[in-house]
Amino acid sequence: MDNLQLLTYIVVGATFALYIGIAIWARAGTTGEFYVAGKGVHPVANGMATAADWMSAASFISMAGLIAFFGYGGAVFLMGWTGGYVLLAMLLAPYLRKFGKFTVPEFIGERYYGNSARIVAVLCLIIASITYVIGQMKGIGVAFSRFLETSYEVGLYAGMGIVFIYAVLGGMKGITYTQIAQYVVLIFAYTIPAIFISLNLTGQAFPQIGLGSAMADGSGQMMLDKLDQVVTDLGFHEYTTQARLSGLNMFVYTMSLMIGTAGLPHVIIRFFTVPRVRDARTSAGWALVFIALLYTTAPAVGAMARLNLMNTIQTGEVGAAEGNLVYAERPQWFKNWETTGLLKFEDKNGDGRIQYYNDKNPEFAAKAEAWGWQGNEMVKVDRDIMVLANPEIANLPNWVIAIVVAGGLAAALSTAAGLLLAIASSISHDLLKGIFMPNISERSELMASRIAMAGAIFVAGYLGLNPPGFAAGTVALAFGLAASSIFPALMMGIFNKRMNKAGAIAGMLAGIGVTLFYVFQHKGIFFIKDWTYLESWGQNWFLGIEPNAFGAIGAVVNFVVAYLVSKITAPPPEHIQHLVEHVRVPRGAGTATGH
Amino acid sequence: MLNESAQAYWRANLRLVAFCLAIWFLVSYVFGILMVEQLNTFQLGGYKLGFWFAQQGSIYTFVILIFFYAWRMSVLDRKYDVHED
Repeated sequence: MDNLQLLTYIVVGATFALYIGIAIWARAGTTGEFYVAGKGVHPVANGMATAADWMSAASFISMAGLIAFFGYGGAVFLMGWTGGYVLLAMLLAPYLRKFGKFTVPEFIGERYYGNSARIVAVLCLIIASITYVIGQMKGIGVAFSRFLETSYEVGLYAGMGIVFIYAVLGGMKGITYTQIAQYVVLIFAYTIPAIFISLNLTGQAFPQIGLGSAMADGSGQMMLDKLDQVVTDLGFHEYTTQARLSGLNMFVYTMSLMIGTAGLPHVIIRFFTVPRVRDARTSAGWALVFIALLYTTAPAVGAMARLNLMNTIQTGEVGAAEGNLVYAERPQWFKNWETTGLLKFEDKNGDGRIQYYNDKNPEFAAKAEAWGWQGNEMVKVDRDIMVLANPEIANLPNWVIAIVVAGGLAAALSTAAGLLLAIASSISHDLLKGIFMPNISERSELMASRIAMAGAIFVAGYLGLNPPGFAAGTVALAFGLAASSIFPALMMGIFNKRMNKAGAIAGMLAGIGVTLFYVFQHKGIFFIKDWTYLESWGQNWFLGIEPNAFGAIGAVVNFVVAYLVSKITAPPPEHIQHLVEHVRVPRGAGTATGH
Repeated sequence: MLNESAQAYWRANLRLVAFCLAIWFLVSYVFGILMVEQLNTFQLGGYKLGFWFAQQGSIYTFVILIFFYAWRMSVLDRKYDVHED
């Protein structure tokens, strides 16, 4: 075992021991503690836990990689996954906290007076959450497969075991305190390498400033200008203006992620755990502060990783015979990632050197051919490896690399735990206690939710072994589903007194139906590639919008259908209208009760 | 039915939300996406301005907006006497 691997085992082992220790110390004894941590969590602490809960493997591992290759277009993830907190703080969190129950379907069931709405909400919640968990499982698998040098499967089993221990034992109370520790681990893991790399390239310690500063190589050239030049020299699109498909697609994509963030049940239930309504507002602000620390660093990580990667391969003048890295002299990180299969080189022109350029750009490809280049030889560069490989590409010390592994695992595990709790509570609290077994004792309910959580871990683990797409792509889809079903139903429940049961149910079904139709049409039913349909309609046929961005369209369909149906059906009963008036004012928010 | 004060409180809340969401929309969708090319003709240090809004500025604005909203709402809560404790 080499030095790096030993260090990695020590750091990851120590953080896991910490999480499990906290979970045992804070184990939940009552359903209140299990579902919402007894509502005693300070808004700053809750904000930090929310940040960890919500920043997933996609944020930590995938996002900077996506930005590195999408350039400016990566902004959809940056704005989309932060802007949703504005919606949450102003449109949902304080009112749902005032309502004072345990789960999201519980609000929908009560507001739309009946079990049918509640069951539809549980269904939407489970589909969105499971889709999201798949992304986490992929992230866990990627992190383990590289650094513990085990197979992807073994890494996944280990991750499932850890989540099982602390989520099942601790419930929300255990998860909240564990997540605070995980936030600290992941933010250090993310910013330390970023600071090192920023210092290396620009001499600025803050990556947010470094990205907008001049190169430290004495040329006086701005870092972003340099990057633009390096990528365009190899036929790629200019980094700072490279849009994601089209302006309209970016607009809709960003909107989907924002609405989806505000509609994801595991994020919403975090705001049930604060003591008062006004704490729900500030807690959303604190959550965003902690999230912004990572999200404003990510653009620097992405851009600098791209620059370092290009410079590693294109060592000299573009087009000169000596200008490219000799394959036999490739650095150690290159070899390590090759063994995972996530990085692949193919010597197309047989010169023993690596040519990495955009062969899909016909003008540049013609020029390249004149130099004897016969196609892009980096045949696979998995975007998900960028953050994990980044410290190695930049030659940072081994302990930094070890911390990054621990951080990636913290991000994936904290989110997985939060999601599993949301799934378990909707099964045990909404389906069992709320609908099928109203007389269940608190003890049995607690047991049922632990069993449900264990079941959810196995399902998630199985799907993690057969993962569709990139981690962030899969996650983006979960956002689309939450955006098209849950968010509109909640928002109309608070802001439109006239909204009734028929309208809400029709809206949710129409919204999620349209979104699933579009996504499955592109990616296959349940992401099984062979099960696509209507292929003759072509890709992104609706206004050039990609399937991951379709949630916003689904949300619009939801709003419109719900409004029209509610207009032609009877208004909700009087006590429901009183309920709406009740949630609109902060006073009288007691500690929550289970029913 | 709600009394007049509670209705006035709700209307004041809606005005505040509308104001905050207008800024939210402006910094992200307008500056970051719709007008990004025009703004990119300006520089902020080494950043093109539109690019900066899309990848940095909008996020800072979101944080400020939420705390601003929370602070204005706590003032409104007291003014209309619907605050807790």
